[in-house]
Amino acid sequence: MPTTLKDEAAIAGIGQTKYSKNSGASELALACEAVSNAIDDAGIEANEVDGLVTFLMDSSDEVEVARTVGLGDLNLLSRVAYGGGAAVPLVHQAAMAVATGVCKNVVVYRALNGRSGQRMGQGVSGDIITADLIHWSWYMPFGMLTPASWIAFAATRYMHQYGTSEDSFAHVAVSTRKHAVNNPNAAFFEQPLSFEDYYASKPICTPLRLYDCCQETDGGCALLITTPERARDLKQKPALIRGVSQASFDGQEQMTSFYRDELSGLPEMERAAAIVYEQSGLGPEDIDASILYDAFTPEVVMQVESFGFCKKGEGGDFVKDGNLEIGGRLPNNTHGGLLSESYIHGVNNIAEGARLIRGDSFNQPQKCDHVLVSSGVGVPTGALILGQA
Amino acid sequence: MLTADQKKELEATIQQFVGKPIGPAATSRDAVNEAMILQWCDAMGDTNPVYQDRAVAEKSVHGGIVAPPMMLDAWTMQGWDMHKGYDEPTNEEQRLHKILTDAGYTGVLGTNTEQEFDRYLRIGDEVTAETIIEGISEEKATGAGIGYFITTKTTFSDAAGAQVGWMNFRVLKFIPKEAPQAASDSGGGAAEAYVPARIKPPMGHDNAWWWNEVAAGRITVQRCKGCQQLRHPPRPMCPGCRSMEWDSIEISGRGTLHTFTVIHYPQFPGYEFPICAALVDLEEGVRMVSDVMDCKPEDLKIGMKLKAYIHEDDDGFKLPLFRPSE
Repeated sequence: MPTTLKDEAAIAGIGQTKYSKNSGASELALACEAVSNAIDDAGIEANEVDGLVTFLMDSSDEVEVARTVGLGDLNLLSRVAYGGGAAVPLVHQAAMAVATGVCKNVVVYRALNGRSGQRMGQGVSGDIITADLIHWSWYMPFGMLTPASWIAFAATRYMHQYGTSEDSFAHVAVSTRKHAVNNPNAAFFEQPLSFEDYYASKPICTPLRLYDCCQETDGGCALLITTPERARDLKQKPALIRGVSQASFDGQEQMTSFYRDELSGLPEMERAAAIVYEQSGLGPEDIDASILYDAFTPEVVMQVESFGFCKKGEGGDFVKDGNLEIGGRLPNNTHGGLLSESYIHGVNNIAEGARLIRGDSFNQPQKCDHVLVSSGVGVPTGALILGQA
Repeated sequence: MLTADQKKELEATIQQFVGKPIGPAATSRDAVNEAMILQWCDAMGDTNPVYQDRAVAEKSVHGGIVAPPMMLDAWTMQGWDMHKGYDEPTNEEQRLHKILTDAGYTGVLGTNTEQEFDRYLRIGDEVTAETIIEGISEEKATGAGIGYFITTKTTFSDAAGAQVGWMNFRVLKFIPKEAPQAASDSGGGAAEAYVPARIKPPMGHDNAWWWNEVAAGRITVQRCKGCQQLRHPPRPMCPGCRSMEWDSIEISGRGTLHTFTVIHYPQFPGYEFPICAALVDLEEGVRMVSDVMDCKPEDLKIGMKLKAYIHEDDDGFKLPLFRPSE
């Protein structure tokens, strides 16, 4: 029986739907299309899938997906909470199941009509009182109703502490867009963003402008996770899971960890990083490319510090030096990220991580032995290192 | 203006329309024809010869005249009779509009359309349109006034029943801003008019007491009876000593600005924008989220001194806010 998750599972299939602003389809239809595509991409039979994992927020029940796609019997039906923080932990759940023999083939998925259906930050409603609802109620009456407003508190504090300017955030937005321009699946395919466009965009929640914020997308994305042995016999080049983690940190709240001594760091991300580095025996120097969760640009600046690519407070200079571009030290979000490809809650980010290992990215860096993927910022989150099998 | 109850009822009524077809499928009055295409091209200033010059069109990839794709929904428009439906609805869409008009949402604005085309229409094609009411937004505050966005989806098909394209059409049905508000209490004891207000906290075991204190004029923080640790926001157990016994202390109201954001968008009904949202270090040693009032956004500075006060909204809801102090 394995004692760590190192090299115990691999991503063997990627499935996605078209990403749009108005799918004209149900979320269940999107989920099933993505799951089905992941199975076909791997080249296994539908009835070989024996586990399904998704977001707590997802509206498509595992049993509905199983029945619709024709998956048959399941040994694992699981969900992960905390919005975009769930993306990598889906893979964490799947890897644990595969490593222990609970499952042979797990599909993780997320599908949402994020633009045409329920939009983020639409506020609280309903009469059932839960701890979560009371948590949000400390912010809603004061007008803090959106993820942008919650993350802005940390961004303001970070800038104050380290003297970082908005130029760093601009570099994240502009460099990420460069990658989307080459990705036909991206919302901003062939639509470059200039620094002038960035600075002219309207203020959302200071210091965040429009182009500091990710989009809203209709679409679905799914991944098939199996054992490394099985993955080697399937259609695609496997992306081996060298390490995977889920982590929250003392004082953790959902997007509002405002009561810790220090707001200018991401201690849950640092913990997620420490776990995957220890598990894999790898360090930041071994990482060739990254997919850092980019719901908002300051999150990328803070994460390059969390994962040890530079010292605390130097993230702003790191991104301004062109390190996130192809040819830079750490090509990042080569698909265009949440900012410029699509917002499938970060599962599309993991798909790009697997594509980089396959060598299939629309912006493929030359050397890609190890790719780091993170999930949601400001919430219990996770980190993933993918490698060549 | 509506009372809160009337409004709830209105929203329940209009939401019943979502997903419904507006009526039976409508077939174009005339088959696709050159005369209508010419008129449309004249009006739009479209000079593309494949729409109007047979000789050129025959040599093109189309092999003959085709209709401009953007003309798709023109083929099935009802014509002059359409205007009658605003007073005496003849379909579900008009019925929905009438319900809102009668409730005071008299304005209507086309906001946007989305179209997708499966193929070009050719001379002689008969077009049939089926329209459903795809969605109605929650109430939105817009520049034009408060209202609801209504989206219809129309699917167009040819005589063989094959889809040739679709269109989403969105309108805003709204109370015009200039419209005179319910000015006088003419009815005597009339119900209070509905005005959008900030989102209220749900009142549960773990938080209602704190809001009740605010309503009574006291801003407090929770204190553990076991180890005297202060905590905010309140929770049912002390993370320090795990005691579930607690009381509270009234704060001085003095604090400093730890961090902030100036919120510009999106602009929800019931709030005045921009909002200077603040995380305040209270002198008692805990933090509290609130808004800074009477302060220009550009004057916000981390470390500035703030003083709390209790604000009362027009609807009677009280909450602690801060303003700059020396």
